[in-house]
Amino acid sequence: MAELVLKSQRFRSEREADWRRLETLLAKAEGGSAARLTRQELLELPVLYRSALSSLSVARSISLDQGLIDYLESLCTRSYFFVYGARSTLLERIGRFFTHDWPRSVQGMWRETLVSLLVTTLGVVVAAVLVSGNPDWFYAFVPSEMSGGRDPSASTAFLRSTLYDDHDGKSVFATWLFTHNAQVALFAFALGFALCLPTAALMIYNGLMLGAFLTLFASHGLGIEAGGWLMIHGATELFAIVLAGAAGFTIGWAVVFPGEASRMRAASVAGKRAATVMTGVVVMLFVAGLLEGIGRQAIRSDAIRYAIAATSLTIWLAYFYLPRKAR
Amino acid sequence: MSQAGIQRGKRTAGRPPQDTSREFVTPEGVDLRLRIGEAGERAAAFLVDVIILTIALVVVSIGMVGVLAASRARGVEVAAIVWLLIAFFLRFFYFMAFEMHPGAATPGKRMLGLRVIARGGGRLTADAVFARNAMRELEVFLPLSFLFSQGDGVDAWVILLGLIWSGVFLFFPLFNRDRLRIGDLVAGTMVVKAPRRKLLPDLADERTPGVGRLAFTQAQVDAYGVKELHVLEEVLRRADKPTMRAVAQRIQGKIGWQGEDASDPQFLAAYYAALRGRLESRMLFGHRRKDKFDRA
Repeated sequence: MAELVLKSQRFRSEREADWRRLETLLAKAEGGSAARLTRQELLELPVLYRSALSSLSVARSISLDQGLIDYLESLCTRSYFFVYGARSTLLERIGRFFTHDWPRSVQGMWRETLVSLLVTTLGVVVAAVLVSGNPDWFYAFVPSEMSGGRDPSASTAFLRSTLYDDHDGKSVFATWLFTHNAQVALFAFALGFALCLPTAALMIYNGLMLGAFLTLFASHGLGIEAGGWLMIHGATELFAIVLAGAAGFTIGWAVVFPGEASRMRAASVAGKRAATVMTGVVVMLFVAGLLEGIGRQAIRSDAIRYAIAATSLTIWLAYFYLPRKAR
Repeated sequence: MSQAGIQRGKRTAGRPPQDTSREFVTPEGVDLRLRIGEAGERAAAFLVDVIILTIALVVVSIGMVGVLAASRARGVEVAAIVWLLIAFFLRFFYFMAFEMHPGAATPGKRMLGLRVIARGGGRLTADAVFARNAMRELEVFLPLSFLFSQGDGVDAWVILLGLIWSGVFLFFPLFNRDRLRIGDLVAGTMVVKAPRRKLLPDLADERTPGVGRLAFTQAQVDAYGVKELHVLEEVLRRADKPTMRAVAQRIQGKIGWQGEDASDPQFLAAYYAALRGRLESRMLFGHRRKDKFDRA
């Protein structure tokens, strides 16, 4: 019965082979990466994609076979995201991140970084004033699992030993500290969305802990030594946490004061920039963990500790803030 | 009966609550009509991912314990470091690694046919993926930490308030049209359905048993419109006997079928082919008959 062969069926039978070919190529590409496709297949894909799209428009206007239209929609969607998806290799992306994206984003949020630094400093000063007035304040700022016996009741000799002697499980502690700090940093970032205030609170708290510790050591005449012990990795670590706070502030600020863009758009632009900074923050914390795990045990001299701290800080500052060519 | 085939494409006003289809025009000018991922599906996908992560962690832990037992507990320190690092990288990079892949979906999302896209239709960048996953701290771990903290008196009230406050972030997707979570909002992404479909056989194909064997009059094939055709397609594809029986009887009653006897599947297949032929040829002349009430 020839009259039963519908136009939509003829349309389908003429193009079906192309669709199936596209489907196989997509399955291959999605399974691994674009690298699995040969050069010829890569050239073929966009052509097949465009013909599938045109099939979809035609099918929508002439065919009432819902199964066919659903299939084409899903096929076109999948190939759309492949054809217009990100195409740079991982190595290129990483390279671009370190040479351009990261320092540029950090530079772009210098105001927030200053605010974050100020808030942390405020915490340090408040803790210093309170703890030197009444040592009991120390317990309010530093949880006992963090202090590990280094509290106002400890003797000077013990405090000195924590700065210079090897302790068992030091590298485990360094690793734990890295994951802990990374979590605190991500938290500071994410909390920024809640209108900045929780991030500010977190930064103040971080400063309070720092101030309490330093004041405790200073009250035993160990201030300089404690500074060296802390700053050898702290220059990197504290900088990273300050940057995480700044990233949080950026998002919160964009949500509260979106400027000319819509609130949603402002949030997503700020969010992406802040996320770039945060990726870098995790890297910095990792470096800090390495410095702490290796450097702090091997190096006992205060001068060298301060030298390393100063060098690392200079390197970070130069890397982030020295003017560079626009790309 | 499922409405899957009917709702689609009706994006105009009328039923905003169930409307999940979004206009998404490619540079070639074709609307892909993407459908957003429903809250339930996304929660299920997340649950699957959490289960996978938990299993991975348990396996790593058991492996570590095994290695330690074999080496008589030397190197506990190294094992602890390795475990901490693996746990950390699993937690933070599991989601990111999968979403940066061309498929842009974690195993859980893939299982439910979901994927992440950039809201504007552009490229899904690495920083967007990072931002949407880093925000999970706020959405999941903050409420959890309030849930597991304990306190008496004023503390208990503070914790309760904190829980409610952080719950706002957790349930954020339920309060907007596109089911965006905070991470999506901040990263400018969204989660849509992108299932892999197979090309199903054409039901009006001559080789389908029944097609072309029965003859219908013009009036008989004019009884229904596109909407009913799609329902009929759904029925035929499901091939559920009682439903086919009921539908066949309804149609036979409606069109006053007096012709030769045929089994239900054969009758339905034949009627489907005839109806589709009629509607498609009218479509070629510019008239798309919406449903049986469309009398133009």
